[in-house]
Amino acid sequence: MKKEKVVGLEGSFAVAEAVRLANTDVIAAYPITPQTHIVERLSEMVAEGELDAEFICVESEHTAMSACVGASAAGARVFTCTAGQGLELMHEVLYIPSSMRLPVVAVIANRALSAPLSVWCDHSDMMAVRDIGWIQMLAENNQQAFDLTLCAYRIAEDSDVLFPAMVHIDGFYLSHVIEDMSLPEDEEVAGFIPEYEYPFTLDPDKPVSMGCYAPPFIYPEAKKAQEVAFESTIPQILETWKAFGDRFGRYYAPVEKYRMENAKIALLTMGSCSETAMLAIDELRAKGEDVGLIRLRLWRPFPFKEFREAVKDVEVLVVLDRCVSFGMGGPVCSEVKSALYDQQKKPHVVGFIGGLGGRDILIEGFEYMIRSALEKVKAIERGEEIETEMIGVRE
Amino acid sequence: MIEICIYGRGGQGGVTLAELVAHAAILEGKHAQSMPSFGPERRGAPVFAFLRVDETERIKVRAEIKEPDVLLVLDPGLLGVGDVVSRLKKDGMTIVNTIKSHDEMKSKIEANKIATVDAMGIARAVLGLPIVNTTMIGALVKATGIVKLESMEAPMEERFGKVAAKNIAAMRKAYEETVVS
Amino acid sequence: MGGEKLGWKDLELGCVVTEPGSAGEYKTGDWRSERPVRENEKCIKCGICYIYCPEACIKEDEEGYFEADLYYCKGCGICAHECPKGVITMVEEVEE
Repeated sequence: MKKEKVVGLEGSFAVAEAVRLANTDVIAAYPITPQTHIVERLSEMVAEGELDAEFICVESEHTAMSACVGASAAGARVFTCTAGQGLELMHEVLYIPSSMRLPVVAVIANRALSAPLSVWCDHSDMMAVRDIGWIQMLAENNQQAFDLTLCAYRIAEDSDVLFPAMVHIDGFYLSHVIEDMSLPEDEEVAGFIPEYEYPFTLDPDKPVSMGCYAPPFIYPEAKKAQEVAFESTIPQILETWKAFGDRFGRYYAPVEKYRMENAKIALLTMGSCSETAMLAIDELRAKGEDVGLIRLRLWRPFPFKEFREAVKDVEVLVVLDRCVSFGMGGPVCSEVKSALYDQQKKPHVVGFIGGLGGRDILIEGFEYMIRSALEKVKAIERGEEIETEMIGVRE
Repeated sequence: MIEICIYGRGGQGGVTLAELVAHAAILEGKHAQSMPSFGPERRGAPVFAFLRVDETERIKVRAEIKEPDVLLVLDPGLLGVGDVVSRLKKDGMTIVNTIKSHDEMKSKIEANKIATVDAMGIARAVLGLPIVNTTMIGALVKATGIVKLESMEAPMEERFGKVAAKNIAAMRKAYEETVVS
Repeated sequence: MGGEKLGWKDLELGCVVTEPGSAGEYKTGDWRSERPVRENEKCIKCGICYIYCPEACIKEDEEGYFEADLYYCKGCGICAHECPKGVITMVEEVEE
């Protein structure tokens, strides 16, 4: 096992440490709550000479991502971060690095979307960027925020991947919380991320054209090539997580299970509420209930195989969304249902929406969802239609 | 696990207090989590910071503290703002910065156990500033033993640099003067 | 503010707040660490305090003197700083 020290670190600072240890060349970012501490710490690192990087102060998130695209094409290792409305303003440009195969790394301090104005956490910003073609993963605590950010560079820049990667850390719940975590010594990280070698680096001696125009005779071929390449990144993601685990002792998986042995009921969560959900599972297990927890670590590409495997013996799957897909219910619940549709044996899926705009989800909230889901399943079996319930909302 | 709510005003340093104690606890090999009450910062507005410390187990709960074991009040004026003391656990403790006598406070606050100290007086005398957050760490440590007093020095030196010595002196003075019963 | 008790059916269309100046109902007076205290015998009723108050919480009374609404006044001290006659002193709020 490699040498590490236990430190108290804010989630934002943990991300900044990973960006420093990755020897990032270019950072282009615009401050927005609750991401601000990440950029503040990075600009301090650059100013103090702790990190030899170009910090580009841009005038918007749209420009931040545009600068990242250019810098990445020039062969630089690139980082940005944003949240909420900032990610939305960046949206147009987010498709560019994924379709141009530029391995930009971004951390999102997840935040609700206006209106009404909210700076607090939910997953509306994340769900609005589901389809951008970036590898997307979620952290549940500050340790994972650090580990996954470091891994994101290696995954994105893998010559068999070359896609941008996004790490979601829940705004405030991780970005502003200090907790104990293990931080590897600088020399222990050395070599974990190989040199970035982009095959078509912008070079006056070897001119190329990037981001070209594609009429109908070639655009579908471009998208097919992108989709096939994107879907086949999972082995490389697994390879990096294994290499990380072998080096630092912490192993990650696309779908992570907690107390799922003989579980008939499973709760599915994503992000920072997952550890609180574990406490709810512990309490229910102590009462003799066959419940377990599944967390989606990898969100894109969607880990179909691992997910189906995780729920194959489950009778009721309770899905928590921290986002509303208006007119459609919870987006994660919809995707989970579609992932199971063709399966011969599949659980009942009951969706809940909670934790919007920074509303805490407590242990009782998870217990309520599980109890309520069992009632809803009885109603489904009676042939009744079930609506997605928003928990903890005052009538 | 011990759960502490720090009740102060925006700008008084309640969040810094929670962070410093969390750092000290982690340096002692404990698990700790400090969490501000999320949102915009408004000077003078009543605001909570939250601190959890556990000797052995990793802290998994990630939400505001509803029923603290300890309520640490940085500003006595806040005792009348909102119904904070009633949120305490039954055997919980209130620690207050006050110029009043311990007995007078004891009769005023409905809590099982209280600790009092004139942190403002100490801060003015030792720091020359009316900022009580580091001083109140002395009271917290005396009343709860959540960390060793010495463990506070390294995080304070890292955070405050040149002015750390004065803050440490103020903390130590408060530790000596805090009355607990 | 009372918003903590509203149910979802109580909200106006698009979460519009229909009452103008309702921020004044939010008690920010207890954010204050110092309060403005006036010696009106020196006051020339110029109204500079009224103009400079960033929270518009100073009102003119029937005699033409000015008084801060201490329910809303956060104690920023701008009135005391701007008063040309030194009528206003910021006095520390004491523990009751």
